[in-house]
Amino acid sequence: MAERQVIVKAEVGLHARPAATFVQTAAKASLDVTIAKGSGQPVNGKSILAVLALDVRQGDSVVIRAEGEGADELLDQLAGIASAP
Amino acid sequence: MNTLTGVGVSPGIGFGPAYVLAVQESLVPAPDARHGGDAGAERDRATRALEQVAADLEERGIRTGGEAREILNAQAMMARDPGLAVEVAVLIDDSGATAARAVYEAFGRYRELLAGAGGYLGERVADLDDVRDRAVAVLEGLRMPGVPDHPDHADHTARPYVLIARDLAPADTATLSRDVVSAFVIEQGGPTSHTAILARAMGVPAVVACPGATSIEPGTPVLVDGSSGLVRPAPSEAEVAEATNAAAARKAVLAAASGPGATSDGHAVPLLANIGGPGDVASALEHGAEGIGLYRTEFLFLDRATAPSGQEQESAYLEVLNAFPGGRVIVRTLDAGADKPLAFLPPRGEEPNPALGERGLRLFKINPEIMNEQLGALARAAAQSSAKLQVMAPMVATAEEAAWFVAACGDAGLPSAGVMIEIPSAALRASDLAAEADFLSIGTNDLAQYTFAADRQLGALTMLQDAWQPALLDLIALAAAGAVGRGKSCGVCGEAAGDPVLACVLVGLGVTSLSMAPPALPAVRAALSRHDREQCVLAAQAARAAISPQEARTAARSHLPGLAGLAL
Repeated sequence: MAERQVIVKAEVGLHARPAATFVQTAAKASLDVTIAKGSGQPVNGKSILAVLALDVRQGDSVVIRAEGEGADELLDQLAGIASAP
Repeated sequence: MNTLTGVGVSPGIGFGPAYVLAVQESLVPAPDARHGGDAGAERDRATRALEQVAADLEERGIRTGGEAREILNAQAMMARDPGLAVEVAVLIDDSGATAARAVYEAFGRYRELLAGAGGYLGERVADLDDVRDRAVAVLEGLRMPGVPDHPDHADHTARPYVLIARDLAPADTATLSRDVVSAFVIEQGGPTSHTAILARAMGVPAVVACPGATSIEPGTPVLVDGSSGLVRPAPSEAEVAEATNAAAARKAVLAAASGPGATSDGHAVPLLANIGGPGDVASALEHGAEGIGLYRTEFLFLDRATAPSGQEQESAYLEVLNAFPGGRVIVRTLDAGADKPLAFLPPRGEEPNPALGERGLRLFKINPEIMNEQLGALARAAAQSSAKLQVMAPMVATAEEAAWFVAACGDAGLPSAGVMIEIPSAALRASDLAAEADFLSIGTNDLAQYTFAADRQLGALTMLQDAWQPALLDLIALAAAGAVGRGKSCGVCGEAAGDPVLACVLVGLGVTSLSMAPPALPAVRAALSRHDREQCVLAAQAARAAISPQEARTAARSHLPGLAGLAL
């Protein structure tokens, strides 16, 4: 399984627009995507409610995982969204 | 049903079928509701209902645009959430719950997670509840909650409806227009509540603080007088005809008045517009504003995660300046604080009385970089335009504060810096403030709030926010005299300036310009043009000699005979 660990830089954390963009991008992929805050329990990366409930704030570290064809490409894209200022 | 009485806050006559917005209590499907067999079909029903809600929210977002669209799209994503769908399916399959009950429970689990986090996430609970209530309504065969934004939704006759509610959030009214709503009748709220201000901006008659309004039977024809505050359910045809004819006659008289504001003996009183952003400029021009007397800049700052850049501010300011070449544009610097919190500038501590806290100019003292960015953007915009830019600060209490702000404006290269008179201390020592500032502008809404210790959002205290209160008139007179003594101007930019009778009194008190919601301009222009300055002064003296707002109104009117021809 491929994974990326990034620090969330956006002032609003992984909420509002960054959260929506992240989930929309994940939902378009056919792969399963999970996201976890720090070493916490991973949740479905295609679920806006689950991602919001993680309550990821600015400066928090998240781990994004996906498996299958195109996983690396997708993870790069999602890591970019999660770490965008 | 008897005539109801409230406070008229947006003049005009409205007539249409009542649309009574129910108190938004969530529908709770019974905990033991079972579907009784076909789990697959029940799952399909749930999926379809959630999709219908999502599509409806998206469609509303497309029609509204802007920030509202983003919020509605985020809600649509909640309705389509795959995690939620799994929970719903499990509840239907394993415990045999109905689709409605399963949806309700599944949302409940996320609701707890978000509510527990508090803060920003806690606020999202309301969005989540709205999505849940919509989905449950669809599944139970009920209408989705909310304000119908098309007349067809009210009674299928496509007539604009009279919107009756206990209270309205600004978001409820985001997609409404005059073609849809003929009048607002609100049980709560005061003359300066959001509904009142919004209604005036839309030019829709409105009555607030009207007890018993929501007991009007939905669909009943209702006649609303936004001047007198009378609400008449099921009026006779004659009543409707009389009211609408009087309104039409008045409209004709108003349309005849044009040109710059002045009394009948030629004493000029510039009539300016209050606006909340470049989007309101068209209405200001349409109603003949000679310039802008209050440009509220909060819209640039509220509801966003980071401060707007200097460049973004500059273009918003320039857009308004360019609409009034050679004219006057008065911009109020950021008026935020604990009562209007900014996401990127949270209050430093708990404020038990936000109206008395670190807001307005006080926020600038703590965060001068925000002020300097705004003043710099204003100066750059002014340099590119022929409009005369004047900048003023809100919540100024002392001459020292005035001097501090004026110096900052000077450093930024701004030609004219003034202060608002909203705090009684500033009115009492207006002469000292006018010695420092280039001009004064009285904000009557806040001045009333602070003078009478009466929260302007509280409908129950409406009497104390009445701009005809003699004590308020005294403070206005004091402020105007303080400015005149220093050879400076003193305008009024509160809602009081938009009352055509009070406008004459304000001129009599020595006020030099009036700024109001654009639709109020024609009536004020007409009232001023029918009286000379002497009459205005006599009316002002009579009003100040009264001991109650009612007496002040009556006393002033007796000196203003020209009002009769205006049906005011």
